[in-house]
Amino acid sequence: MKNKLSRRFNDPSIASSDITPEQVWLNRRALLAAGLSAAGAAMAGGADALETTEPASLDYRAASKESTPGDSLTPYKDATSYNNFYEFGTDKSDPARYAHEMTTDPWTVSVGGLVNRPGKLHLEDILGGFDLEERIYRFRCVEAWSMVVPWIGFPLSQLLQRFEPKADARFVRFKTLYRPNEMRGTRSFTAVIDWPYQEGLRIDEAMHPLTLMAVGLYGKTLPNQSGAPLRLIVPWKYGFKSIKSIVAIDLVEQQPETSWQRLAPHEYGFYSNVNPEVDHPRWSQRFERRLPSSLFKPNRIPTQLFNGYTEQVAGLYKDMDLQRYY
Amino acid sequence: MAVTSVVRQSNQLMSWLVGPGVRVLVFALLTVPFLGLLWGVINSSLGPDPAEHLMHVTGEWALRILVLVLFARPLAQMGWPSLFRYRRMLGLFVFFYGSLHLLVFAQVYIGWRQDLLVEELAERPYILVGSAAWLGLLPLAITSTDRWRRYLRQHWRRLHQLVYPVAVLAWCHVWWLARSDIGDAVVYGLLLGSLLAWRLQRFMTKVLRRRKPSC
Repeated sequence: MKNKLSRRFNDPSIASSDITPEQVWLNRRALLAAGLSAAGAAMAGGADALETTEPASLDYRAASKESTPGDSLTPYKDATSYNNFYEFGTDKSDPARYAHEMTTDPWTVSVGGLVNRPGKLHLEDILGGFDLEERIYRFRCVEAWSMVVPWIGFPLSQLLQRFEPKADARFVRFKTLYRPNEMRGTRSFTAVIDWPYQEGLRIDEAMHPLTLMAVGLYGKTLPNQSGAPLRLIVPWKYGFKSIKSIVAIDLVEQQPETSWQRLAPHEYGFYSNVNPEVDHPRWSQRFERRLPSSLFKPNRIPTQLFNGYTEQVAGLYKDMDLQRYY
Repeated sequence: MAVTSVVRQSNQLMSWLVGPGVRVLVFALLTVPFLGLLWGVINSSLGPDPAEHLMHVTGEWALRILVLVLFARPLAQMGWPSLFRYRRMLGLFVFFYGSLHLLVFAQVYIGWRQDLLVEELAERPYILVGSAAWLGLLPLAITSTDRWRRYLRQHWRRLHQLVYPVAVLAWCHVWWLARSDIGDAVVYGLLLGSLLAWRLQRFMTKVLRRRKPSC
């Protein structure tokens, strides 16, 4: 298995040393998750269980090396063990621990609202219906940490065009799966966030070539904690905009409400563009910890406007007061 | 001969266990979280973002031990005075974990920069109240020795009642930090709220009793 995967791995930027430990790591995770009492069952049925949860390799066009000068990739293990996915708990390690409880096959994404051809995308359409390419993007969380991740996916614009948006569609609204029996975080009765998780983009943001629908990372399908099987990546916005495990995409006329905005409108705006000058009541946005970080080498770097993608996206916000529309 | 010596030894062990033994045990238990973090830092096993983990664990232990300290008096009233004897040690552990919390903040979050500290205090109220709580602990830690206690006499008690506003500030810090799940803030709120309410009620009855003969 390992050898076959390494042969199919056609991205030269990833050392083979990155692949071996994560496989070991994933297997260990799966076995630990199975628990002591179920250890016997895991031995017997383990092969099948691992087959469905283990990320599979993808065919894609590798990113050119020049795309992100000076940003070295965050190790796969870190990118997939330190996550925010509150449907599985609020601790950073909860998603990696519990997201395997989510069923991602079969999977259906319904695309509707102001489109000429509303319809559905199934798992095989998502994984096989688009030309996949690799994009190495900086990923900046509003909690002031950041990563650099090689995503695999296709531009959101390609997906939207298939369903033919109408002229009056001005915004896109996304929803995450909400399945309480598979998502233990949603069963917490002290959680004050509304499920399903909801996000939105303006149509021009959604159509922007940088806006990606990701189906994989590091050459393979997304692990559940990273938002399998389909997630959004908007690299110039804070990470919470990049909604995970999408089940519904609707084109709408009015600016949609987002989950975080509904919970704390003074903290989270609709746009949520990365901006060191716009302050957040919890975290200073002037710096970020580029992970992996350590106590004595915190790896604190200044945060860039639009997460460093100003050249590509500043035009979207030409006459806007970014302090007001945060 | 051998039997009596074993019996004597086990008696000694028992008396040591209820005496200084407990003190050593409590001390050892309260250092466990610190040693765990130290081990994690040395082995780099705290994950890709140890800053967040260190902040969380040190802050949480400071608060947990603070709750424990406040439990000492009501438990002593109910006939279980053990905890009451270790209030000083517990209090110093609150200060210890609180100080670690502050050190990690200075090191990782603001990189020891004064201008950033001023900005954080001005713009983020949870950092302001957290810092105020630590400042409240500082004189308590300094005056925790017998010498200071003798020197301050009746003022010592008054001074050490600072622990109540510190507890309130610490809870505000937690409440402000709660985002999508308010579970922790609610639990600490109920614990601290009932501990403070118990004291307030005792205080009020004392005041009322004192007033009665005069009217």
